[in-house]
Amino acid sequence: MTANPEATTAEPASKVAIPEHLGGGAGDIPSFECTFQIARFLPEQDSEPHFEEYKVTMYGTDRVLDALHKIKWEIDGSLSFRRSCAHGVCGSDAVRINGRNRLACKTLLKDLDTDKPIVVEAIKGLPLEKDLIVDMEPFFQSYREIMPFLITSGPEPTRERLQSAEDRERFDDTTKCILCAACTSSCPVFWTDGQYFGPAAIVNAHRFIFDSRDDGGDLRLDVLNDKEGVWRCRTTFNCTEACPRGIQVTQAITEVRQAILQRAF
Amino acid sequence: MQVHDYDVVIVGAGGAGMRAAIESGQRARTAVLTKLYPTRSHTGAAQGGMCAALANVEEDNWEWHTFDTVKGGDYLVDQDAAEVMAKEAIDAVLDLEKMGLPFNRTPEGKIDQRRFGGHTRDHGKAAVRRACYAADRTGHMILQTLYQNCVKHGVEFFNEYYVLDLIMTDVDGVRRPAGVVSYELATGEIQIFRAKSVVFATGGFGKIFKTTSNAHTLTGDGVAVTYRNGLPLEDMEFFQFHPTGLAGLGILLSEAARGEGGVLRNSEGERFMERYAPTIKDLAPRDIVARSMANEVREGRGCGPNKDYVLLDLTHLEPAHIDAKLPDITEFARTYLGVEPYTEPVPVFPTAHYAMGGIPTNIKAEVLANNTDVVPGLYAAGECACVSVHGSNRLGTNSLLDINVFGKRAGIAAAEYAKTAQMPELPEAPEARVVEMIETMRSAAGTETIGAIRKDLQDTMDANVQVFRTDETLRKALDDIAALRERYRNIGIHDRGKRYNLDLLEAVELGFLLEIAEVVTVAAIHRKESRGGHFREDFPNRDDEHFMHHTMTYLDPTSEAEGIAGMRLETKPVVITRYQPMERKY
Repeated sequence: MTANPEATTAEPASKVAIPEHLGGGAGDIPSFECTFQIARFLPEQDSEPHFEEYKVTMYGTDRVLDALHKIKWEIDGSLSFRRSCAHGVCGSDAVRINGRNRLACKTLLKDLDTDKPIVVEAIKGLPLEKDLIVDMEPFFQSYREIMPFLITSGPEPTRERLQSAEDRERFDDTTKCILCAACTSSCPVFWTDGQYFGPAAIVNAHRFIFDSRDDGGDLRLDVLNDKEGVWRCRTTFNCTEACPRGIQVTQAITEVRQAILQRAF
Repeated sequence: MQVHDYDVVIVGAGGAGMRAAIESGQRARTAVLTKLYPTRSHTGAAQGGMCAALANVEEDNWEWHTFDTVKGGDYLVDQDAAEVMAKEAIDAVLDLEKMGLPFNRTPEGKIDQRRFGGHTRDHGKAAVRRACYAADRTGHMILQTLYQNCVKHGVEFFNEYYVLDLIMTDVDGVRRPAGVVSYELATGEIQIFRAKSVVFATGGFGKIFKTTSNAHTLTGDGVAVTYRNGLPLEDMEFFQFHPTGLAGLGILLSEAARGEGGVLRNSEGERFMERYAPTIKDLAPRDIVARSMANEVREGRGCGPNKDYVLLDLTHLEPAHIDAKLPDITEFARTYLGVEPYTEPVPVFPTAHYAMGGIPTNIKAEVLANNTDVVPGLYAAGECACVSVHGSNRLGTNSLLDINVFGKRAGIAAAEYAKTAQMPELPEAPEARVVEMIETMRSAAGTETIGAIRKDLQDTMDANVQVFRTDETLRKALDDIAALRERYRNIGIHDRGKRYNLDLLEAVELGFLLEIAEVVTVAAIHRKESRGGHFREDFPNRDDEHFMHHTMTYLDPTSEAEGIAGMRLETKPVVITRYQPMERKY
């Protein structure tokens, strides 16, 4: 975090040369045929999910979410999935795309191999409700258990609590979490043991444990020192790869472990 | 039919709803109903900051903030409300910090502040550093912090419960709410939430437009439900088009990009805002910048193969500075347009962003039944409400402020009201309208599709009710909407199930959008002047003599407005305290 805004706000030129291609992104947008295999599950009639295939014409700037919408709006309105902001900040549309957890709205089709069918399934490890929708309640229950709020002692200051830019930077990475569950539902430990807190809950504990304003670190470390806590992590890095916000999830888990160990001695 | 009883029911769990819930939940038995999980709300997409005259980095005071808000709104702001907001802004920011919000910091460890459009020192002398921020994810931090504090206080949420009707009842000749009718997404069950007070905090309705920064779920549910119950909507013609949406996509790039030194350029490389707003240039208010951009494109100085966008240039900024202050939006440019903002200018064009109008309230967040009477026990806050602190054009950062200041006020007022009020009796079969609507739609087997009608609505709104409007374009839109409403009667849906039937709910939401689009367009036809976000090419000047008032739109079967049967337009005076209207120059 730079501290001196003046340094970079010198008056820019009134006129500059604009590059020929006008900042990229321009030009003809190619269109192509895509085949999607989507895991369908209608709770009122199916006992198991099954795949259905859809063929759609898409464009180079389209994302997987655009394809899901096209299928829902033009082919089969019963296809069910969650989505809201459509640009990677609300965390509604984490799904498995070709076996990897991604946000549908942040995955561009041009970055996938569109010569092969694109496989879309619900995220794993949480109860399947319908098509691409899972029950998020167990996920949020783990989140709530790590006390995801600032805990302070002593009298409230009248103005803001002071915090140095360095102390603020210490936990910056884990403040980015959008609770999409892409990490937790990519974790092999979580798949086999639903009691495990999972990466997202630990990330949110980290966000407070390393906040210099917070006094509740010991409480959270006690929770995470539990047999379903940080020690269950097998550092497969699935979570770090899955995080659409680029959070170093495995590192955060490691730092929480170190905090527990340092406290013990 | 399950009936839940609560003192207070809050509808919506974005910033305003959760800020209200934190207050109400500690004072009264409170339920929060939200059609999404709370952390999915669109408050989380807000980027740049939240203004308050903390004066942490330079001289500032709340009176300057009030003035900027009034002038920014082109004098249609209710000045008593703007004063409340600017004064309470300081505590609103400090409250959030104490709740844990990780603001960026100054070298002294105080909350850092930066420039934002229309926020000035001493009544317009120069841009001022007033926006408190957390990188370019201030809204995300606010949403997370408020949710965290709701968890802390044990606020009771009903997630994925849509509210499809407001239950109104008569108590001693006064109309007041008795609760809401909700639809649970997971089960398809209709349930009643009876309550002494109801708070609407349902957000905006940007999905009436095609190119928008708004989430798919922003379909104006609370606004439409209020209107259908005979209560007025205020200033619906005023919609803000944010200057810097990613071209073709509408995804927002924060004004903070310009606050941190970015500039707009046309195809000739010219920093064209120097011509339109010589003093504060690229940091002029959004309506002015959006119009200037659209004008550049119209006069042939747009960029790209179709010459239909301009460029946001950050290339003169240090990459380290961009990474520290604008990490998310630069990633959006990379992800969605494949542009590297360190070295290349980013294609941008105005995107439908924010509804200045909505459910009219007073400064206590009480909903108005008309110009003078409140609806006892009914409250609204945030984008769905119109206090009016934004007038005809909202200043950047003032929405995050609005939700915190008036969300808090609504939560306290609703809980206090519930302490003395009796639990209202439910009228007979309060769910009847919703049951009929849902059952009709669930079995709808017509030939029209939701997707096609919604696309046609959004296309006509973008073409005819956007930055530039005329009587002709607006009437074209109105004709189109009438035809679409007719087609809507013949929709078919695929999903006949009860569980997670989003097909059905999209049909319901489309009904809300059509209704709201019509109100917006009729109000826009009626206002034959240009002011703030409403620009009429056939009436390009502000006309204080005839239009220095708010527009109030009512659903009224006995009336007619601009050729549309069933609507009534009235006016409401603007509250003017300190600032007499002046010409708006920057």
